[in-house]
Amino acid sequence: MTQSVGDSSASATRITPGNALRPEDIAQATRQGAAKASEDVAEYALRLGDDALILAQRLSHWISRAPELEEDVALGNIALDQLGHARSFLSYAGSAWGKSEDDLAYFRREPEFRSAHLFEQPNGDFAATIARQFIVANYQFPLYRELTRSSDPMLAAIAAKAVKEVDYHLDHSTQWVLRLAGGTQESRRRIIAGFKLMWPCVGELFEDDELTARLGDAGVVPSSLRAEFDRGVADVFTEAELDVPASPPATGGGRHGRHSEHMGYLLAEMQVLAREFPGASW
Amino acid sequence: MNEQDKASSTTPAPEPGAHRWPLWEVFVRSNRGLSHVHAGSLHAPDASMALRNARDLYTRRNEGVSIWVVPADAIAASDPDAKGAFFESPQGKDYRHATYYTKSEGVKHL
Amino acid sequence: MAQNVQSGGVSTHEQSELDAAGAENFDAIIARDSRIEPRDWMPEAYRRSLVRQISQHAHSEIIGMQPEANWITRAPSLKRKSILMAKVQDEAGHGLYLYSAAETLGTSRDEMMDALVAGKARYSSIFNYPTPTWADMGAIGWMVDGAAICNQVPLCRASYGPYGRAMVRVCKEESFHQRQGFEILLELANGTPEQKEMAQDAVNRWYAPSLMMFGPPDDDSPNSKQSMAWNIKRFSNDELRSRFVGMMVEQVKVLGLTLPDTQIRFNEATKKWDHAPLDWEEFKEVLAGRGPCNAQRLERRRSAHEEGAWVREAATAYAEKQAAKNAQKVAA
Repeated sequence: MTQSVGDSSASATRITPGNALRPEDIAQATRQGAAKASEDVAEYALRLGDDALILAQRLSHWISRAPELEEDVALGNIALDQLGHARSFLSYAGSAWGKSEDDLAYFRREPEFRSAHLFEQPNGDFAATIARQFIVANYQFPLYRELTRSSDPMLAAIAAKAVKEVDYHLDHSTQWVLRLAGGTQESRRRIIAGFKLMWPCVGELFEDDELTARLGDAGVVPSSLRAEFDRGVADVFTEAELDVPASPPATGGGRHGRHSEHMGYLLAEMQVLAREFPGASW
Repeated sequence: MNEQDKASSTTPAPEPGAHRWPLWEVFVRSNRGLSHVHAGSLHAPDASMALRNARDLYTRRNEGVSIWVVPADAIAASDPDAKGAFFESPQGKDYRHATYYTKSEGVKHL
Repeated sequence: MAQNVQSGGVSTHEQSELDAAGAENFDAIIARDSRIEPRDWMPEAYRRSLVRQISQHAHSEIIGMQPEANWITRAPSLKRKSILMAKVQDEAGHGLYLYSAAETLGTSRDEMMDALVAGKARYSSIFNYPTPTWADMGAIGWMVDGAAICNQVPLCRASYGPYGRAMVRVCKEESFHQRQGFEILLELANGTPEQKEMAQDAVNRWYAPSLMMFGPPDDDSPNSKQSMAWNIKRFSNDELRSRFVGMMVEQVKVLGLTLPDTQIRFNEATKKWDHAPLDWEEFKEVLAGRGPCNAQRLERRRSAHEEGAWVREAATAYAEKQAAKNAQKVAA
């Protein structure tokens, strides 16, 4: 009657000294000049950091509004993981320009944000949030796994912590996709609608550009992740008896600062207090 | 997490028409070499979600290396009203404890 | 929540004999300050009193998420955003631990949740006050959580086992809540004049409500006496309130702020801290549902609960289908 998780797999977000890199450690290392990102690496870290930051901002809205208290806690954990990754990537990116994580999060204008459109999509209902999370996790998991082999040691270290946490996000969203697709007619209708809504944003995640080409071994070529993404999605969709939505890809442009209509409101809310007191300490 | 994939096979069937999630008791092993200890309970639709919820709820601060979840109504417990009779027998059988043997006190390595 | 292995039915006569034996056992356990466990015989009034207190406590944690969740998306630094998120998340967890403790007394979480969203259950009235500024995150942590900790630490020794155990976990996790609040205020108090003013304003607004968290004065607290006799409550409302004032008065100096009460002094005769009289009329008004945010808080909980219904139903339906599938496999 008893279910168990093995001793090793239960430790997805276990923090033990020596193997878990905290955002504060990176901020300290950059302040001391022990880690300084090159311009290209910083631009790349900005993309990864902004993806995670904007997603954390969206997910955090669920806390106190989730379908069940257990899910408040679960979505809270995922949001906290993403925020942690964002802080690490942004701290490292900032080392190239003498800026802190907060300088970058609170005092950049919309065109300076480098996140892809998927991350800023509104939460919608729980199904839309799960659809977005499932796509994100299927993208971030192979991305971070490959990034652990980056020639840039700091990117590799941040990815090593992040990949374990995203592994769990992948599991969590998969469980919910199966339940919503195989639950009631209503839930099935909603998860199909959720995927339809989010799917146009998938293409942008796998677009290469000059920066990803210049990075070489330091980064991961986005297009190289597409096949694994498609396989991962297909496996779950087959079990859930879902079809990959036929929605054509949207234009995107987030990597170059062109965002959707939603982004302005998100940033206005996130930045309002910090901008009211520029230079203040909190 | 392959062990979890078997999870649904032991999920207790919820009452038909009931939308409430059943109650699960959670046991956490805090470190290798220690027993799983009861940590608390939670609600979940099935075993596999119960495990995940337990992970999120009861191991946020590194409290565990392994988790068990058990459907609350699968636990059989001794009857508290029968307490006297049930737990009386060991009373007065001190010879099960080392401290009963006083004459050998002070003898080395015994 | 385990089912015990029961012998068959009992007659009324046998039942009353069992009750008499149970009552004797219960009194003996309370007298030697031991713990009552879920399947023990207990007086109906003890059970009712516990369900009331524990469920109110759980509701307070859940409603209490809202005034703070209000600032998660606007937190002024990413560090503060992480801390606040972790704190509000903890509160969901604490609500869960407490609902579980109450469930051991035979009341389901659904029943308690239904009573809450129907406006039939009470929760700590402090959460019906609004959080208009960031400094409120500091004041809630320092004062509201501070008061809660004073209340909760003795509850770790409550005579009802599951309640005491839930409180041990809650208290352990809450140890960072008050400190993070204090540090928010400390940063503000040492910041720009506008920040310091924001901090002082928040302390002024939360002072009286946090003192009222200890409940009505002892001579007007109907349930206190019985709760103390049953070892659920260990100290009286006024006793705990006085202790809290004594702590605040020292800590506020470190902040460089002031408490909005000129009558605080240590009373040498009673060895207690005196403070200005509190407006218990306001307390009763807010408790009765006429506070600044009562309707808003309940509506938010109700809508989250109702909008989540289809998700809970979906998961249940999926579990049923999987169980049926597996039963078929076993049969085949």
